[in-house]
Amino acid sequence: MSTPAISVRGLRKSFGATPVLDGIDLDVARGESLVIVGGSGTGKSVLLRCILGLMRADAGTIRLDGQDATGGAPEAFLRRFGMLFQGGALFDSLPVWRNVAFRLLHDGMPPNEARARAVAALAAVGLSGRVADLYPAELSGGMQKRAALARAIAARPSVLFFDEPTAGLDPILATVINRLIREQVTALGATAVTITHDLTTVRMVADRVALLHDGRLRWTGPVSAFETSDDPHVAQFITGRADGPIATLR
Amino acid sequence: MIRLLARIGAPALGLLAVTGRLAIFTARTLSHLARPPFHGRELGRALFQIGWLSLPVVGFTALFTGGALALQIYAGSDRFGAQEAVPQIVAIGMVRELGPVLVGLMVAARVTSSIAAEIATMKVTEQIDALVTLSTHPLKYLVLPRVLAATLVVPALVAVGDVIGIMGGWIVATERLGYVSGPYLRSSLDFLERVDWISSLVKGGVFGFLCALLGCWFGMTSGRGAMGVGRATKGAVVAAAIAILAANLLLTEAFFAA
Ligand SMILES: Nc1ncnc2c1ncn2[C@@H]1O[C@H](COP(=O)(O)OP(=O)(O)OP(=O)(O)O)[C@@H](O)[C@H]1O
Ligand SMILES: [Mg+2]
Repeated sequence: MSTPAISVRGLRKSFGATPVLDGIDLDVARGESLVIVGGSGTGKSVLLRCILGLMRADAGTIRLDGQDATGGAPEAFLRRFGMLFQGGALFDSLPVWRNVAFRLLHDGMPPNEARARAVAALAAVGLSGRVADLYPAELSGGMQKRAALARAIAARPSVLFFDEPTAGLDPILATVINRLIREQVTALGATAVTITHDLTTVRMVADRVALLHDGRLRWTGPVSAFETSDDPHVAQFITGRADGPIATLR
Repeated sequence: MIRLLARIGAPALGLLAVTGRLAIFTARTLSHLARPPFHGRELGRALFQIGWLSLPVVGFTALFTGGALALQIYAGSDRFGAQEAVPQIVAIGMVRELGPVLVGLMVAARVTSSIAAEIATMKVTEQIDALVTLSTHPLKYLVLPRVLAATLVVPALVAVGDVIGIMGGWIVATERLGYVSGPYLRSSLDFLERVDWISSLVKGGVFGFLCALLGCWFGMTSGRGAMGVGRATKGAVVAAAIAILAANLLLTEAFFAA
Protein backbone atom coordinates (compact mmCIF):
# COMPACT_ATOMS: atom_id res chain seq x y z
CA MET A 1 0.00 0.00 0.00
CA SER A 2 1.33 3.46 -0.85
CA THR A 3 1.87 6.04 1.91
CA PRO A 4 -1.39 7.64 2.96
CA ALA A 5 -1.97 11.29 2.06
CA ILE A 6 -2.78 12.03 5.68
CA SER A 7 -1.76 10.04 8.69
CA VAL A 8 -2.54 11.05 12.27
CA ARG A 9 -1.52 9.21 15.43
CA GLY A 10 -2.48 9.89 19.03
CA LEU A 11 -3.61 13.46 18.37
CA ARG A 12 -4.66 15.31 21.52
CA LYS A 13 -5.89 18.84 22.03
CA SER A 14 -7.46 20.49 25.08
CA PHE A 15 -8.64 24.00 25.74
CA GLY A 16 -7.91 24.72 29.37
CA ALA A 17 -9.07 21.68 31.30
CA THR A 18 -11.51 20.49 28.63
CA PRO A 19 -10.11 17.84 26.30
CA VAL A 20 -11.56 18.21 22.81
CA LEU A 21 -9.49 15.67 20.91
CA ASP A 22 -8.41 12.75 23.04
CA GLY A 23 -6.24 10.43 20.98
CA ILE A 24 -7.24 10.53 17.31
CA ASP A 25 -5.78 7.92 14.92
CA LEU A 26 -6.65 8.50 11.30
CA ASP A 27 -5.38 7.55 7.85
CA VAL A 28 -6.67 8.96 4.60
CA ALA A 29 -5.43 7.17 1.50
CA ARG A 30 -4.52 9.04 -1.66
CA GLY A 31 -7.55 9.58 -3.87
CA GLU A 32 -9.94 8.69 -1.07
CA SER A 33 -12.89 10.74 0.12
CA LEU A 34 -13.33 10.67 3.88
CA VAL A 35 -16.37 12.24 5.48
CA ILE A 36 -16.21 13.12 9.18
CA VAL A 37 -19.50 13.37 11.03
CA GLY A 38 -20.20 14.09 14.66
CA GLY A 39 -22.24 16.28 16.96
CA SER A 40 -21.86 20.03 16.91
CA GLY A 41 -18.96 21.16 19.10
CA THR A 42 -17.23 17.77 19.21
CA GLY A 43 -14.01 19.07 17.65
CA LYS A 44 -14.31 18.37 13.93
CA SER A 45 -13.08 21.81 12.89
CA VAL A 46 -10.36 21.68 15.54
CA LEU A 47 -9.20 18.36 14.06
CA LEU A 48 -8.73 19.88 10.61
CA ARG A 49 -6.94 22.90 12.07
CA CYS A 50 -4.59 20.65 14.04
CA ILE A 51 -3.80 18.51 10.99
CA LEU A 52 -2.77 21.66 9.11
CA GLY A 53 -0.81 23.08 12.03
CA LEU A 54 -3.04 26.17 12.14
CA MET A 55 -3.55 25.16 15.75
CA ARG A 56 -0.81 23.46 17.73
CA ALA A 57 -1.84 20.01 19.01
CA ASP A 58 -0.87 19.06 22.57
CA ALA A 59 0.38 15.62 21.58
CA GLY A 60 0.47 13.22 18.66
CA THR A 61 2.11 13.02 15.28
CA ILE A 62 0.87 14.15 11.89
CA ARG A 63 2.27 13.04 8.56
CA LEU A 64 1.24 14.59 5.26
CA ASP A 65 2.34 12.77 2.11
CA GLY A 66 4.63 10.73 4.31
CA GLN A 67 6.44 13.83 5.63
CA ASP A 68 6.38 14.81 9.28
CA ALA A 69 4.04 17.78 9.64
CA THR A 70 3.66 17.93 13.40
CA GLY A 71 5.04 21.48 13.51
CA GLY A 72 2.87 22.70 10.62
CA ALA A 73 2.04 21.63 7.09
CA PRO A 74 5.08 21.71 4.77
CA GLU A 75 5.09 24.23 1.92
CA ALA A 76 5.15 21.53 -0.72
CA PHE A 77 1.94 20.07 0.71
CA LEU A 78 0.16 23.42 0.93
CA ARG A 79 0.99 24.26 -2.67
CA ARG A 80 -1.30 21.44 -3.80
CA PHE A 81 -3.92 21.99 -1.12
CA GLY A 82 -7.29 23.72 -0.92
CA MET A 83 -9.57 24.34 1.99
CA LEU A 84 -13.10 25.55 2.52
CA PHE A 85 -13.36 27.09 6.01
CA GLN A 86 -16.56 26.72 7.99
CA GLY A 87 -17.08 30.50 7.94
CA GLY A 88 -15.88 30.95 4.36
CA ALA A 89 -12.94 33.18 5.34
CA LEU A 90 -13.00 35.14 2.09
CA PHE A 91 -10.62 38.12 2.04
CA ASP A 92 -13.00 41.05 2.34
CA SER A 93 -10.53 43.56 0.93
CA LEU A 94 -10.49 41.76 -2.43
CA PRO A 95 -13.27 41.34 -5.02
CA VAL A 96 -14.67 37.84 -5.34
CA TRP A 97 -12.71 36.94 -8.48
CA ARG A 98 -9.39 37.91 -6.86
CA ASN A 99 -10.34 35.73 -3.91
CA VAL A 100 -11.07 32.77 -6.14
CA ALA A 101 -7.97 33.34 -8.27
CA PHE A 102 -5.77 34.13 -5.27
CA ARG A 103 -3.38 31.23 -5.65
CA LEU A 104 -3.30 31.49 -9.43
CA LEU A 105 -2.45 35.20 -9.30
CA HIS A 106 0.27 34.61 -6.73
CA ASP A 107 1.71 31.84 -8.86
CA GLY A 108 2.13 34.45 -11.56
CA MET A 109 -0.78 33.66 -13.89
CA PRO A 110 -1.68 36.70 -16.03
CA PRO A 111 -4.76 38.46 -14.59
CA ASN A 112 -7.14 37.91 -17.51
CA GLU A 113 -6.37 34.21 -17.62
CA ALA A 114 -6.73 33.92 -13.83
CA ARG A 115 -9.99 35.81 -14.01
CA ALA A 116 -11.34 33.42 -16.62
CA ARG A 117 -10.41 30.48 -14.41
CA ALA A 118 -12.10 32.20 -11.45
CA VAL A 119 -15.29 32.76 -13.41
CA ALA A 120 -15.30 29.10 -14.45
CA ALA A 121 -14.82 27.99 -10.83
CA LEU A 122 -17.65 30.31 -9.76
CA ALA A 123 -19.89 28.81 -12.41
CA ALA A 124 -19.11 25.34 -11.08
CA VAL A 125 -20.52 26.34 -7.68
CA GLY A 126 -23.57 27.98 -9.27
CA LEU A 127 -22.47 31.61 -9.12
CA SER A 128 -22.93 33.77 -12.21
CA GLY A 129 -20.16 35.93 -13.67
CA ARG A 130 -21.91 39.01 -12.28
CA VAL A 131 -20.68 38.02 -8.81
CA ALA A 132 -17.01 38.12 -9.85
CA ASP A 133 -16.61 41.87 -9.36
CA LEU A 134 -18.60 42.15 -6.15
CA TYR A 135 -16.93 42.20 -2.74
CA PRO A 136 -17.54 39.34 -0.28
CA ALA A 137 -19.57 41.63 2.01
CA GLU A 138 -22.06 42.11 -0.85
CA LEU A 139 -22.88 38.37 -1.03
CA SER A 140 -25.40 36.38 0.96
CA GLY A 141 -24.13 33.80 3.46
CA GLY A 142 -24.65 30.87 1.11
CA MET A 143 -23.09 32.76 -1.80
CA GLN A 144 -20.01 33.51 0.32
CA LYS A 145 -19.76 29.85 1.20
CA ARG A 146 -19.91 28.87 -2.45
CA ALA A 147 -17.38 31.53 -3.48
CA ALA A 148 -15.06 30.18 -0.79
CA LEU A 149 -15.59 26.69 -2.19
CA ALA A 150 -14.67 28.02 -5.64
CA ARG A 151 -11.48 29.45 -4.14
CA ALA A 152 -10.63 26.07 -2.61
CA ILE A 153 -10.90 24.19 -5.91
CA ALA A 154 -9.80 26.86 -8.41
CA ALA A 155 -6.15 25.78 -8.54
CA ARG A 156 -7.13 22.09 -8.87
CA PRO A 157 -5.41 20.94 -5.67
CA SER A 158 -4.73 17.31 -4.97
CA VAL A 159 -5.78 17.45 -1.31
CA LEU A 160 -8.98 19.20 -0.24
CA PHE A 161 -10.61 19.92 3.12
CA PHE A 162 -14.24 20.99 3.22
CA ASP A 163 -15.73 22.19 6.50
CA GLU A 164 -19.51 21.90 6.16
CA PRO A 165 -19.75 22.64 2.44
CA THR A 166 -23.55 22.46 2.25
CA ALA A 167 -24.50 24.18 5.52
CA GLY A 168 -26.92 26.99 4.78
CA LEU A 169 -27.60 25.99 1.15
CA ASP A 170 -30.92 25.02 -0.40
CA PRO A 171 -31.28 21.30 -1.29
CA ILE A 172 -30.80 21.88 -5.01
CA LEU A 173 -27.54 23.76 -4.60
CA ALA A 174 -26.47 21.24 -1.98
CA THR A 175 -26.73 18.54 -4.64
CA VAL A 176 -24.65 20.65 -7.04
CA ILE A 177 -21.97 21.09 -4.39
CA ASN A 178 -21.97 17.44 -3.36
CA ARG A 179 -21.54 16.41 -6.99
CA LEU A 180 -18.75 18.93 -7.42
CA ILE A 181 -16.86 17.55 -4.42
CA ARG A 182 -17.33 13.98 -5.61
CA GLU A 183 -16.06 15.02 -9.03
CA GLN A 184 -12.84 16.41 -7.51
CA VAL A 185 -12.17 12.95 -6.14
CA THR A 186 -13.47 10.74 -8.94
CA ALA A 187 -12.50 12.78 -12.00
CA LEU A 188 -9.47 14.70 -10.75
CA GLY A 189 -8.11 12.09 -8.36
CA ALA A 190 -7.97 14.40 -5.35
CA THR A 191 -7.95 13.32 -1.72
CA ALA A 192 -10.81 14.91 0.19
CA VAL A 193 -11.77 15.27 3.84
CA THR A 194 -15.27 16.64 4.31
CA ILE A 195 -16.98 17.59 7.55
CA THR A 196 -20.74 17.53 7.44
CA HIS A 197 -23.98 17.07 9.36
CA ASP A 198 -25.81 16.36 6.16
CA LEU A 199 -26.59 12.68 5.47
CA THR A 200 -27.08 13.41 1.77
CA THR A 201 -23.52 14.68 1.64
CA VAL A 202 -22.33 11.52 3.39
CA ARG A 203 -24.09 9.38 0.78
CA MET A 204 -22.96 11.38 -2.23
CA VAL A 205 -19.40 12.25 -1.23
CA ALA A 206 -17.95 9.59 1.04
CA ASP A 207 -15.84 6.56 0.30
CA ARG A 208 -15.31 6.17 4.00
CA VAL A 209 -17.02 7.69 7.03
CA ALA A 210 -15.65 8.51 10.49
CA LEU A 211 -17.77 9.48 13.46
CA LEU A 212 -16.16 11.75 16.04
CA HIS A 213 -17.51 11.58 19.56
CA ASP A 214 -16.00 12.39 22.95
CA GLY A 215 -12.62 13.20 21.46
CA ARG A 216 -12.22 9.92 19.59
CA LEU A 217 -13.24 8.40 16.30
CA ARG A 218 -15.93 6.02 17.59
CA TRP A 219 -16.69 4.43 14.25
CA THR A 220 -14.83 4.31 10.97
CA GLY A 221 -15.89 2.30 7.96
CA PRO A 222 -16.90 2.29 4.32
CA VAL A 223 -19.96 4.34 3.46
CA SER A 224 -21.83 1.16 2.49
CA ALA A 225 -21.60 -0.04 6.10
CA PHE A 226 -22.48 3.32 7.64
CA GLU A 227 -26.25 3.22 7.36
CA THR A 228 -26.57 -0.43 8.28
CA SER A 229 -24.15 -0.19 11.21
CA ASP A 230 -25.52 -1.30 14.56
CA ASP A 231 -23.09 0.97 16.43
CA PRO A 232 -25.32 2.98 18.80
CA HIS A 233 -23.51 6.27 18.03
CA VAL A 234 -23.94 5.85 14.29
CA ALA A 235 -27.55 4.74 14.65
CA GLN A 236 -28.37 7.74 16.82
CA PHE A 237 -26.66 10.11 14.40
CA ILE A 238 -28.60 8.73 11.44
CA THR A 239 -31.99 8.72 13.09
CA GLY A 240 -31.40 11.99 14.95
CA ARG A 241 -32.91 10.63 18.15
CA ALA A 242 -32.32 12.81 21.21
CA ASP A 243 -31.79 9.79 23.48
CA GLY A 244 -28.72 7.64 23.06
CA PRO A 245 -25.00 7.64 23.77
CA ILE A 246 -24.51 11.09 22.16
CA ALA A 247 -25.65 13.56 24.81
CA THR A 248 -27.55 16.63 23.66
CA LEU A 249 -25.98 18.87 26.30
CA ARG A 250 -22.49 19.81 25.13
CA MET B 1 9.09 42.63 50.97
CA ILE B 2 8.91 39.49 48.85
CA ARG B 3 5.34 40.30 47.97
CA LEU B 4 6.44 43.75 46.85
CA LEU B 5 9.16 42.26 44.69
CA ALA B 6 6.69 39.84 43.19
CA ARG B 7 4.29 42.65 42.46
CA ILE B 8 6.95 44.61 40.61
CA GLY B 9 8.62 41.54 39.13
CA ALA B 10 5.65 39.92 37.44
CA PRO B 11 4.69 42.85 35.20
CA ALA B 12 8.35 43.61 34.54
CA LEU B 13 8.93 40.04 33.37
CA GLY B 14 5.74 40.22 31.34
CA LEU B 15 6.92 43.40 29.65
CA LEU B 16 10.28 41.80 28.93
CA ALA B 17 8.61 38.75 27.39
CA VAL B 18 6.37 40.90 25.19
CA THR B 19 9.36 42.97 24.08
CA GLY B 20 11.16 39.78 23.15
CA ARG B 21 8.20 38.48 21.16
CA LEU B 22 7.79 41.82 19.41
CA ALA B 23 11.49 41.78 18.51
CA ILE B 24 11.15 38.30 17.02
CA PHE B 25 8.03 39.41 15.14
CA THR B 26 9.95 42.39 13.75
CA ALA B 27 12.96 40.31 12.75
CA ARG B 28 10.74 37.69 11.06
CA THR B 29 8.86 40.39 9.17
CA LEU B 30 12.03 42.09 7.97
CA SER B 31 13.56 38.77 6.94
CA HIS B 32 10.90 38.61 4.22
CA LEU B 33 12.54 41.65 2.62
CA ALA B 34 15.22 39.27 1.36
CA ARG B 35 12.87 36.52 0.19
CA PRO B 36 10.69 36.78 -2.90
CA PRO B 37 7.88 36.87 -3.91
CA PHE B 38 7.06 40.50 -3.13
CA HIS B 39 3.50 41.73 -2.94
CA GLY B 40 3.78 44.95 -4.90
CA ARG B 41 0.04 45.42 -5.18
CA GLU B 42 -0.29 45.32 -1.40
CA LEU B 43 2.58 47.80 -1.02
CA GLY B 44 0.90 50.17 -3.46
CA ARG B 45 -2.37 49.92 -1.60
CA ALA B 46 -0.64 50.59 1.71
CA LEU B 47 1.26 53.60 0.33
CA PHE B 48 -2.01 55.07 -0.92
CA GLN B 49 -3.90 54.37 2.31
CA ILE B 50 -1.19 55.53 4.68
CA GLY B 51 0.33 58.36 2.66
CA TRP B 52 -2.16 59.99 0.34
CA LEU B 53 -5.28 59.54 2.47
CA SER B 54 -3.53 60.94 5.57
CA LEU B 55 -2.71 64.24 3.87
CA PRO B 56 -5.87 66.15 4.93
CA VAL B 57 -5.53 65.18 8.58
CA VAL B 58 -1.84 66.04 8.61
CA GLY B 59 -2.44 69.34 6.80
CA PHE B 60 -5.11 70.60 9.18
CA THR B 61 -3.25 69.48 12.28
CA ALA B 62 -0.08 71.27 11.21
CA LEU B 63 -1.88 74.39 10.01
CA PHE B 64 -3.75 75.01 13.26
CA THR B 65 -0.81 74.10 15.45
CA GLY B 66 1.59 76.35 13.54
CA GLY B 67 -0.84 79.22 13.90
CA ALA B 68 -1.34 78.70 17.61
CA LEU B 69 2.41 78.33 18.09
CA ALA B 70 3.06 81.72 16.46
CA LEU B 71 0.45 83.39 18.68
CA GLN B 72 1.82 81.80 21.81
CA ILE B 73 5.47 82.52 21.09
CA TYR B 74 4.64 86.10 20.16
CA ALA B 75 2.83 86.55 23.48
CA GLY B 76 5.78 85.05 25.36
CA SER B 77 8.57 86.82 23.52
CA ASP B 78 6.73 90.12 23.88
CA ARG B 79 7.80 90.08 27.54
CA PHE B 80 11.47 90.18 26.54
CA GLY B 81 11.01 92.40 23.53
CA ALA B 82 12.24 89.50 21.41
CA GLN B 83 9.50 89.51 18.77
CA GLU B 84 11.96 89.23 15.91
CA ALA B 85 12.74 85.68 17.08
CA VAL B 86 9.15 84.49 16.49
CA PRO B 87 9.66 83.13 12.93
CA GLN B 88 12.79 81.23 13.94
CA ILE B 89 11.26 79.69 17.04
CA VAL B 90 8.10 78.67 15.19
CA ALA B 91 10.21 77.11 12.44
CA ILE B 92 12.45 75.23 14.84
CA GLY B 93 9.56 74.12 17.03
CA MET B 94 7.65 72.82 14.04
CA VAL B 95 10.48 71.07 12.23
CA ARG B 96 12.34 69.62 15.19
CA GLU B 97 9.48 68.59 17.47
CA LEU B 98 5.87 69.39 16.73
CA GLY B 99 5.83 68.41 13.07
CA PRO B 100 7.08 64.85 13.54
CA VAL B 101 5.30 64.24 16.85
CA LEU B 102 1.92 65.54 15.72
CA VAL B 103 2.09 63.75 12.39
CA GLY B 104 3.17 60.60 14.22
CA LEU B 105 0.27 60.83 16.63
CA MET B 106 -2.22 61.50 13.85
CA VAL B 107 -0.88 58.52 11.92
CA ALA B 108 -1.22 56.45 15.10
CA ALA B 109 -4.85 57.55 15.37
CA ARG B 110 -5.69 57.05 11.72
CA VAL B 111 -3.43 54.28 10.46
CA THR B 112 -2.44 52.19 13.48
CA SER B 113 -6.07 51.85 14.51
CA SER B 114 -7.26 50.80 11.07
CA ILE B 115 -4.38 48.35 10.55
CA ALA B 116 -5.00 46.75 13.94
CA ALA B 117 -8.75 46.50 13.42
CA GLU B 118 -8.41 45.13 9.88
CA ILE B 119 -5.84 42.48 10.73
CA ALA B 120 -7.59 41.51 13.97
CA THR B 121 -10.86 41.05 12.05
CA MET B 122 -9.02 38.94 9.51
CA LYS B 123 -7.68 36.86 12.35
CA VAL B 124 -11.02 36.25 14.05
CA THR B 125 -12.72 35.40 10.75
CA GLU B 126 -9.98 32.86 9.86
CA GLN B 127 -8.74 34.93 6.91
CA ILE B 128 -5.18 34.69 8.23
CA ASP B 129 -5.51 30.89 8.35
CA ALA B 130 -6.92 30.97 4.84
CA LEU B 131 -3.83 32.89 3.69
CA VAL B 132 -1.61 30.17 5.13
CA THR B 133 -3.57 27.43 3.34
CA LEU B 134 -3.10 29.43 0.12
CA SER B 135 0.70 29.24 0.54
CA THR B 136 0.96 32.93 1.43
CA HIS B 137 2.90 34.03 4.48
CA PRO B 138 0.84 36.52 6.53
CA LEU B 139 3.96 38.44 7.60
CA LYS B 140 5.02 38.82 4.00
CA TYR B 141 1.57 39.60 2.62
CA LEU B 142 0.01 41.68 5.40
CA VAL B 143 2.71 43.02 7.69
CA LEU B 144 5.73 43.78 5.50
CA PRO B 145 3.91 45.98 2.94
CA ARG B 146 2.29 48.07 5.67
CA VAL B 147 5.49 48.49 7.68
CA LEU B 148 7.48 49.31 4.56
CA ALA B 149 4.88 51.77 3.27
CA ALA B 150 4.61 53.61 6.59
CA THR B 151 8.37 53.84 7.02
CA LEU B 152 8.74 55.30 3.53
CA VAL B 153 5.77 57.62 3.43
CA VAL B 154 5.49 59.09 6.92
CA PRO B 155 8.72 61.13 6.44
CA ALA B 156 7.04 62.72 3.43
CA LEU B 157 3.96 63.43 5.55
CA VAL B 158 6.19 64.99 8.20
CA ALA B 159 7.87 67.22 5.60
CA VAL B 160 4.45 68.35 4.40
CA GLY B 161 3.39 68.92 8.02
CA ASP B 162 6.53 70.94 8.77
CA VAL B 163 5.99 73.22 5.79
CA ILE B 164 2.26 73.67 6.40
CA GLY B 165 2.95 74.33 10.10
CA ILE B 166 5.40 77.10 9.23
CA MET B 167 2.78 78.44 6.81
CA GLY B 168 0.20 78.41 9.59
CA GLY B 169 2.54 80.48 11.75
CA TRP B 170 3.24 82.81 8.85
CA ILE B 171 -0.48 83.36 8.12
CA VAL B 172 -1.20 84.25 11.75
CA ALA B 173 1.95 86.39 12.03
CA THR B 174 1.19 88.43 8.94
CA GLU B 175 -2.60 88.66 9.36
CA ARG B 176 -2.84 89.12 13.12
CA LEU B 177 0.52 90.18 14.48
CA GLY B 178 1.62 92.68 11.87
CA TYR B 179 4.76 90.92 10.56
CA VAL B 180 5.89 91.60 7.01
CA SER B 181 5.40 88.57 4.82
CA GLY B 182 8.71 88.30 2.92
CA PRO B 183 11.15 88.87 5.78
CA TYR B 184 9.13 86.55 8.07
CA LEU B 185 9.39 83.69 5.64
CA ARG B 186 13.02 84.36 4.88
CA SER B 187 14.06 84.38 8.51
CA SER B 188 12.05 81.16 9.11
CA LEU B 189 13.77 79.26 6.36
CA ASP B 190 17.24 80.77 6.61
CA PHE B 191 17.43 79.86 10.26
CA LEU B 192 16.78 76.16 9.75
CA GLU B 193 19.83 73.98 9.32
CA ARG B 194 20.21 70.75 7.47
CA VAL B 195 20.26 68.75 10.71
CA ASP B 196 16.82 70.14 11.62
CA TRP B 197 15.32 68.73 8.45
CA ILE B 198 17.20 65.46 8.72
CA SER B 199 16.06 64.91 12.29
CA SER B 200 12.51 65.65 11.22
CA LEU B 201 12.58 63.07 8.44
CA VAL B 202 14.34 60.43 10.52
CA LYS B 203 11.76 60.86 13.27
CA GLY B 204 9.05 60.49 10.63
CA GLY B 205 10.55 57.21 9.42
CA VAL B 206 10.89 55.81 12.93
CA PHE B 207 7.38 56.88 13.93
CA GLY B 208 5.89 55.45 10.73
CA PHE B 209 7.67 52.16 11.34
CA LEU B 210 6.39 52.02 14.93
CA CYS B 211 2.83 52.91 13.93
CA ALA B 212 2.53 50.18 11.32
CA LEU B 213 4.48 47.58 13.27
CA LEU B 214 2.39 47.98 16.42
CA GLY B 215 -0.85 48.02 14.45
CA CYS B 216 0.11 44.75 12.79
CA TRP B 217 1.41 43.17 15.99
CA PHE B 218 -1.75 43.92 17.98
CA GLY B 219 -3.87 42.76 15.07
CA MET B 220 -2.01 39.48 14.64
CA THR B 221 -2.12 38.74 18.38
CA SER B 222 -5.76 39.74 18.77
CA GLY B 223 -8.13 37.73 20.94
CA ARG B 224 -11.35 36.20 19.69
CA GLY B 225 -14.57 37.92 18.71
CA ALA B 226 -15.59 41.58 18.46
CA MET B 227 -14.20 42.21 21.93
CA GLY B 228 -10.81 40.91 20.85
CA VAL B 229 -10.80 43.28 17.87
CA GLY B 230 -11.76 46.24 20.07
CA ARG B 231 -9.07 45.45 22.59
CA ALA B 232 -6.43 45.00 19.88
CA THR B 233 -7.30 48.34 18.32
CA LYS B 234 -7.23 50.24 21.59
CA GLY B 235 -3.98 48.59 22.64
CA ALA B 236 -2.33 49.34 19.31
CA VAL B 237 -3.16 53.05 19.36
CA VAL B 238 -2.08 53.53 22.97
CA ALA B 239 1.14 51.58 22.45
CA ALA B 240 1.95 53.46 19.24
CA ALA B 241 1.35 56.87 20.87
CA ILE B 242 3.57 56.07 23.83
CA ALA B 243 6.23 54.51 21.63
CA ILE B 244 6.27 57.63 19.45
CA LEU B 245 6.70 59.97 22.41
CA ALA B 246 9.43 57.82 23.95
CA ALA B 247 11.27 57.42 20.65
CA ASN B 248 10.99 61.17 20.12
CA LEU B 249 12.79 61.84 23.38
CA LEU B 250 15.57 59.43 22.44
CA LEU B 251 15.92 60.87 18.95
CA THR B 252 15.97 64.46 20.18
CA GLU B 253 18.66 63.43 22.63
CA ALA B 254 20.63 61.76 19.84
CA PHE B 255 20.38 64.68 17.43
CA PHE B 256 20.51 67.77 19.60
CA ALA B 257 21.95 67.02 23.05
CA ALA B 258 25.01 69.20 23.36
N1 LIG C 1 -9.73 28.71 19.92
C1 LIG C 1 -10.48 28.06 20.81
N2 LIG C 1 -10.40 28.36 22.12
C2 LIG C 1 -11.11 27.70 23.04
N3 LIG C 1 -11.97 26.70 22.75
C3 LIG C 1 -12.12 26.35 21.46
C4 LIG C 1 -11.39 27.01 20.43
N4 LIG C 1 -11.73 26.46 19.24
C5 LIG C 1 -12.63 25.50 19.53
N5 LIG C 1 -12.87 25.42 20.86
C6 LIG C 1 -13.76 24.46 21.53
O1 LIG C 1 -13.49 23.20 20.97
C7 LIG C 1 -14.69 22.48 20.80
C8 LIG C 1 -14.78 21.94 19.40
O2 LIG C 1 -14.89 23.01 18.48
P1 LIG C 1 -15.06 22.77 16.92
O3 LIG C 1 -15.12 24.10 16.28
O4 LIG C 1 -14.01 21.84 16.45
O5 LIG C 1 -16.46 22.04 16.84
P2 LIG C 1 -17.14 21.35 15.59
O6 LIG C 1 -17.13 19.90 15.81
O7 LIG C 1 -16.51 21.86 14.34
O8 LIG C 1 -18.61 21.87 15.73
P3 LIG C 1 -19.63 22.42 14.60
O9 LIG C 1 -20.16 21.22 13.92
O10 LIG C 1 -20.67 23.12 15.40
O11 LIG C 1 -18.84 23.32 13.70
C9 LIG C 1 -15.82 23.39 21.19
O12 LIG C 1 -16.28 23.00 22.45
C10 LIG C 1 -15.20 24.76 21.27
O13 LIG C 1 -15.76 25.47 22.34
MG1 LIG D 1 -16.95 23.18 12.95
